[in-house]
Amino acid sequence: MSDFPSVKLHVVTGKGGTGKTTVAGALALALASGGRQVLLTEVEGRQGIAQMFDTPPLPYEERRVAVAPPGYSGRGGEVYALAIDPEAALIEYLEIFYNLKRAGSVLKKFGAIDFATTIAPGLRDVLLTGKVMEAATRERRGGGRLYDAIVLDAPPTGRIARFLNVNAEVAGLARMGPVRQQADSVMSLLRSRRTAVHLVTVLEEMPVQETVDGVKELADADLPVGGVIVNMVREPLLPPGDLKPAGAGKVDTAEIDRGLKAAGLDDTGTLIDGLASEVVEHAGRVLLEERERVALHELGRPTYELPLLTDTVDLSSLYELAGRLADQGLV
Amino acid sequence: MSGQFDVDELLSSAQIIVCCGAGGVGKTTTAAALALRAAERGRTVCVLTIDPARRLAQSMGLTELDNSPRAVAGVDDSAGGSLDAMMLDMKRTFDEIVLTHSDPQRAQQILANPFYVSLSSSFAGTQEYMAMEKLGQLKATGSWDLIVVDTPPSRSALDFLDAPQRLGRFLDGRMIRLLLAPAKAGGRGVMKVFTAGLSVFTNVLTRILGAQTLKDLSLFVSSLETMFGGFRERADQTYRLLKEPGTAFVVVAVPERDALREAAYFVDRLSEEHMPLAGLVLNRVHRSAIERLSVQRSLAAAEQLDEAGESPLASAALRIHAERVTAAARDRHVAERFHAAHPGVPVVEVAAQSTDVHDLDGLRQIATELAAGVQAA
Repeated sequence: MSDFPSVKLHVVTGKGGTGKTTVAGALALALASGGRQVLLTEVEGRQGIAQMFDTPPLPYEERRVAVAPPGYSGRGGEVYALAIDPEAALIEYLEIFYNLKRAGSVLKKFGAIDFATTIAPGLRDVLLTGKVMEAATRERRGGGRLYDAIVLDAPPTGRIARFLNVNAEVAGLARMGPVRQQADSVMSLLRSRRTAVHLVTVLEEMPVQETVDGVKELADADLPVGGVIVNMVREPLLPPGDLKPAGAGKVDTAEIDRGLKAAGLDDTGTLIDGLASEVVEHAGRVLLEERERVALHELGRPTYELPLLTDTVDLSSLYELAGRLADQGLV
Repeated sequence: MSGQFDVDELLSSAQIIVCCGAGGVGKTTTAAALALRAAERGRTVCVLTIDPARRLAQSMGLTELDNSPRAVAGVDDSAGGSLDAMMLDMKRTFDEIVLTHSDPQRAQQILANPFYVSLSSSFAGTQEYMAMEKLGQLKATGSWDLIVVDTPPSRSALDFLDAPQRLGRFLDGRMIRLLLAPAKAGGRGVMKVFTAGLSVFTNVLTRILGAQTLKDLSLFVSSLETMFGGFRERADQTYRLLKEPGTAFVVVAVPERDALREAAYFVDRLSEEHMPLAGLVLNRVHRSAIERLSVQRSLAAAEQLDEAGESPLASAALRIHAERVTAAARDRHVAERFHAAHPGVPVVEVAAQSTDVHDLDGLRQIATELAAGVQAA
């Protein structure tokens, strides 16, 4: 049973380095299993999705990047991907909403496209979120593929509330007119039960702090906070009783020595100190991780954990991560 | 094989050090560590940080947000140096520009304009302009031998370099002149002042934005007009400053594919722009002092102990070691690939810390490691 049954738009954010794009990809695969159609979008021009799915750079076009295992119906799910480019989104937007077929070239000539997409970065975010909304609210009639769910690989935690809230800013600026209407409808989707903003973190101090701050900022902006996904979790290796002492620098070296000898390692003398200091550092990190886990728990949000993958993340590991998310009830 | 990154040589000669790289790679910590070491080696240093971790900020006395550098307490000044630190306040920096470059009445008009409020406080991208602006201001005072800058956590590290040029392109654009036109015409209505060809353009804008919004925007742009010239000149100046011999870029990364890809983009871009790259700092590198105990041997021994039900501590220690050696090997592999593609770039590695850095001692330790110049691969 999914923890977010009403959600159609899953926004995934996280501090840089926490694996936000990987988690977004895994979430898209998890959502697609059982024969569903999912669109995975990115907005930062990094082509992270193409790299992750090992495909050539994505054009401004919805492309199928992966299939998910079939459900009871026997139909395989599919993940489509779209790298949203603000310039293309603006031109498309003008064509669709204003029927301004040649407006793009006129605006380009006057530098307005450049203005909208680079100099007025707020407008850029309006265009990016506007395109996501368009994909999320498509109906039977009219153009475009219909999706069961949309996953947005969004800007990092530090900017997420501002990014999603940009339409409210614009709504404050443009008191009337079509941009205002567009901004209002984007905001009403983003603030509804059909949207959830998930935060990806790792068990380190700064990412957890940013997650805590991010949850607060989202809540303050009336944006729906979804789950917290703790990425790159390492398995506990030390016996529980040894953890605290080791964290305080106390390791029973005689015991390690006995063990090494029992395992048939000979030159133990020179290894003991090295191993002991590695155990101490490991324990220190595990204890820090436990403190951070408590801080996340206090947020009172559903929390999911994904293991640290020792190899580079490839497509097969994405399926593994997708399975973990599904098992824990995120989808 | 790339050369050694001589950090101490850099710290004694540079006038500006810009730390750049992807988000989450430890830019701020690296910038602070470099600045602290330079100060304790006798230079008068200012570090401009953008978004420090709370506890690190506190330890550097960055709790007062007055947008100007303050002395950091606890710095060893026996060599005659000092360290000032500040955290960039984007809105305040923007406000200061407005106040400095326009008469009081006009300044108030600008500060109250809804477009200005939005642009200066909430829109992404402004931070890069303002970091550049602040760097120019700090440099102009001549108060410091060395300024260390931490770049904003941008979408891309390149945003920092591109900000001034984007501004220039914008100001040269026809768009801005068009937006200025109606205001100059004394608000006679947007349409009247345009010739037939241009009316297509305003027509489009009016349909999209609505006439009132367009008028607000136009008024905003015109009230900023006087300031733009000066702003742009200074942005150009700062950009030139970045190309001068006293400036050095330090690219910061971690041994992960994405972070190093970003670092590689930056390295290439700097060489294209003829900007001086001092070297690459590779943070969070895993190492083991006893790598001669291989992963295979460790795991085999651990399994043997587990099967015999003996010494769980020794087994755990062996598994911890195996994990660490695996990580070290992976880090080395990623770093080697970077070297192969960028053989001329000096590299220095900083070992992965088991806890985060939040005091001057922690920064000192990192700085010592940076200066020790452990050469990668």
